[in-house]
Amino acid sequence: MTGTPRPGGRAAAAPIMGHETEPTLFEMSVPGRSAYQLRTTGVPATPLESLVPFEHLNPDAVPIAEVSERDLVAHFTRLSHRQFSVDLGMYPLGSCTMKYNPKFCDAIASDPGLAAVHPGAPAALSQGWLEIMVTLEEKLCAITGMSGATLQPAAGAAGELTGLLLMRAYHRANGEARRRVLIPDSAHGTNPASVTLGGYEVTTVASNARGLVDLDALKAALDGDVAGIMLTNPNTLGLFEEEIAEIAAAVHDAGGLLYYDGANLNAILGAVRPGDMGFDIVHMNLHKTFATPHGGGGPGAGPVAVAEHMVTFLPGPRAARVEDGHFDWVTPPRSIGRVHGWQGNALVLARALAYIDVHGGDGLTRVAQHAVLNANWLRWRLREILPAAHDRLCMHECVLTATPLKTKYGVRALDVAKALLEEGFHAPTVYFPLIVDEALMFEPTETESVQTLEALASALERIDQRAATDPDSLHRAPQSTPVSRVDEARAARHLIATADAER
Amino acid sequence: MADYLPHTKEDVTSMLSFLGMTSLEDLFAQIPQALRLARGLDLDDGLSEPDVAALFATYTRSNTANAEVMTCFAGGGAYDHEVPAVVRALASRSEFVTAYTPYQPEVAQGVLQAVFEYQTLVSRLSGLPIPNASLYDAATALVEALNMAHGATSRQKMVISSGVHPHWRQVARTFAHGTGHEIVEVPLRDGVTDWRSVDSSGAAAIVAAYPNYLGVLEDLSVAKGNAVERDALFIVGADPVAAGVLKTAGQWGADVFVGEGQAFGTPLSFGGPYLGLFACTGAQVRRLPGRIVGETVDSGDRRAFVTTLRAREQDIRREKATSNVCTNQTLMAVTAAVQLGWLGTEGLRQVATRCAQGSHYLYDQLLAIDGVEPVSTQPFFREFAVRLPRPADEVIEVMAGHGFLAGLAAGALASGPDPSIESGINHVLLVTVTERRTKHEIDHYVAALKGALA
Repeated sequence: MTGTPRPGGRAAAAPIMGHETEPTLFEMSVPGRSAYQLRTTGVPATPLESLVPFEHLNPDAVPIAEVSERDLVAHFTRLSHRQFSVDLGMYPLGSCTMKYNPKFCDAIASDPGLAAVHPGAPAALSQGWLEIMVTLEEKLCAITGMSGATLQPAAGAAGELTGLLLMRAYHRANGEARRRVLIPDSAHGTNPASVTLGGYEVTTVASNARGLVDLDALKAALDGDVAGIMLTNPNTLGLFEEEIAEIAAAVHDAGGLLYYDGANLNAILGAVRPGDMGFDIVHMNLHKTFATPHGGGGPGAGPVAVAEHMVTFLPGPRAARVEDGHFDWVTPPRSIGRVHGWQGNALVLARALAYIDVHGGDGLTRVAQHAVLNANWLRWRLREILPAAHDRLCMHECVLTATPLKTKYGVRALDVAKALLEEGFHAPTVYFPLIVDEALMFEPTETESVQTLEALASALERIDQRAATDPDSLHRAPQSTPVSRVDEARAARHLIATADAER
Repeated sequence: MADYLPHTKEDVTSMLSFLGMTSLEDLFAQIPQALRLARGLDLDDGLSEPDVAALFATYTRSNTANAEVMTCFAGGGAYDHEVPAVVRALASRSEFVTAYTPYQPEVAQGVLQAVFEYQTLVSRLSGLPIPNASLYDAATALVEALNMAHGATSRQKMVISSGVHPHWRQVARTFAHGTGHEIVEVPLRDGVTDWRSVDSSGAAAIVAAYPNYLGVLEDLSVAKGNAVERDALFIVGADPVAAGVLKTAGQWGADVFVGEGQAFGTPLSFGGPYLGLFACTGAQVRRLPGRIVGETVDSGDRRAFVTTLRAREQDIRREKATSNVCTNQTLMAVTAAVQLGWLGTEGLRQVATRCAQGSHYLYDQLLAIDGVEPVSTQPFFREFAVRLPRPADEVIEVMAGHGFLAGLAAGALASGPDPSIESGINHVLLVTVTERRTKHEIDHYVAALKGALA
């Protein structure tokens, strides 16, 4: 079926609009223009000077911008035309899980019965929210095989740090001051950064030739000073850590805990649970696995679920069932404390629950199956031009390498990525994991059709042909996008972070 | 059987056969059989969207504190401001909503430029030149500011006014378990930080709030002097709406500004997603947490935007990164830029002024009620604290019956006694009035509260 033309075909979106540079809001500003309209309140308009002592008042107005509503709409609409998104086309950005986000979940979250509730409202006046949180917590525990969870962390990295603080609290409660946390060399950068903030030192564990944690190296690194290990499974190479049971036994025997980085949880839904693999702490990226939109870089949500022996340390307050079918806030007895200003990214949590409810246990299992099917189909379809770093079955993503293109034509992974933008696809993740030369990490996700996958493969074949005939054109790519390659070095050399910065 | 998967049965069969397989199960051969979830997930089967919508309707009905129905006088860092249709429409454009972090700037100029505009606004409202591209919320932004102070001074002692929101202080204490920071909380006297009551020597940071969580406007030159004397960073947690008329953090001499940006276009949302505002002086730029967007040019010399100073970040610097932040609150930052664009210079001044006018109008009437006393005699801005003759949580419950979310119980926010209030915290109610509250609503609130206290 390779290369067979199929009906439904090209789902790519190229070129996106917006080739002209858009002025900034500040450049559009004309003194005296305005868009705002406020309610007629009837409140006495006492002069501010008689309410606030003069030493607090700013003698100058802070300049914002002065634009009409029509200009405001045109400006942000034109900016949106200079932006790629999942709704526009395929976004195979490995490790980021850019699947389609159901509009239904957005609609659920915009209901004033959820969106217009003050976070400090007493539990008696926000029972629906508490029920959502309790229900989501129970379902996340069922999915991961854990006993209790906090929904407070606002993103995956916040979940990681929360998990490490839980690890710390657990060891301290046992009278132990362990200092090191093990991390495989294939880990996401947030893992080591979180370990440092958690008050631990990082010990890196090498991967073996098969791209998996080297069990012997792991055992050699284990001692009474190791607080635990952070693992992503499947790992960032898209490979399942097959020796996870042996890893868990070794770490537990040494008195350490196992932390599951849930960045890749979407690969194993309904197939295997972190709790059954022996993990003690699990964070989930709800924005990845449960398809809440990524918002151009956030918001996310990073709940952390734990095994029974660690529930007592969870951040509080937590929503809980109390008598008579009611709900209340409860702080666990040995809680590490609050990790968010309120209850976490509540509207993201509500979207995730709606997503889980629509799919159910059966649907979530299919989500993982089809994600793994798509990644393997793509890996196999591309094997002639971009071989896999580890040539065997992968999970939800595949790490390919552009080394052959570099050797033959001087075309690098970055060039391939930029050329894909011209083809109307978002690029894959490049140069990660760090242990793969010229890495191109593709995560097609389960929501892309086989026609779209074929269109992506065809685009990569065209790029491969260009590499052979006109490699320079790839070094200059992309040209059809709103801007061509940007001068990143100049941005870093002379920082211009605001419209007011010196140029 | 509801889902969003495109593959037909035939697709699955032919894709499997392309891989030399016959069953989806074959794809999971790497997972040891002993670990496999033989019986499937312990969840109900999927429901259709309308069925799930019906389920959620039962949740929304029992959220009686819905501000569209129950008039909101609660603040504490979460405010019921006007969000017009135009802001909702622009901020919910799917190009902004369904994009990822702008790793490929050539196809992400929309988000990058919107964030650049957001950064410019944060810089102007804070009076500081170096903003970042957003953090999770104000509480976690404060934690990043403390980490920055440690990086700048190599010291661990963080001296924090108890006028800083109790939740922010709780979050700072939690993360101090990992960083080893010593958190020293400074009591308030009559609503004003009593800096001399604690030993600030060896401080990495002096942290003040403006206005503080009781609404009081403190003279920050005292705190600034304290910071200068200790060679500590001066961190100011400021209300960005108040910044429309009050002196900016930078004008008070802050090295770092943190704030809650929810007020700019994000609904109350039961506490999230919100928007952590952050800006600092040029001296701290290499220690900046999270992402920052910078202006540059493309290969055709056209203006372009890109995330920059990347060498500080976790994916490059790993365990030596300035912060572990990766995902932030970009969509809320874009929303804030849209909302501020809608308000404009005069609109923001109007909102700030009307909040102050409404709050003072209500305050004067509440103090005329028998048994209601001020917590502080000091000037306030848009929020205030009063001491009631009954526990505040009881009063909130009674007032809900009259259609008002009366405010926040200080005792609930602080989870018990707190150095911000000398005694009887359970009787203290925090009240705010935004530009959305009418005189009619305020007058009815006063009448209802009179009844509740009678």
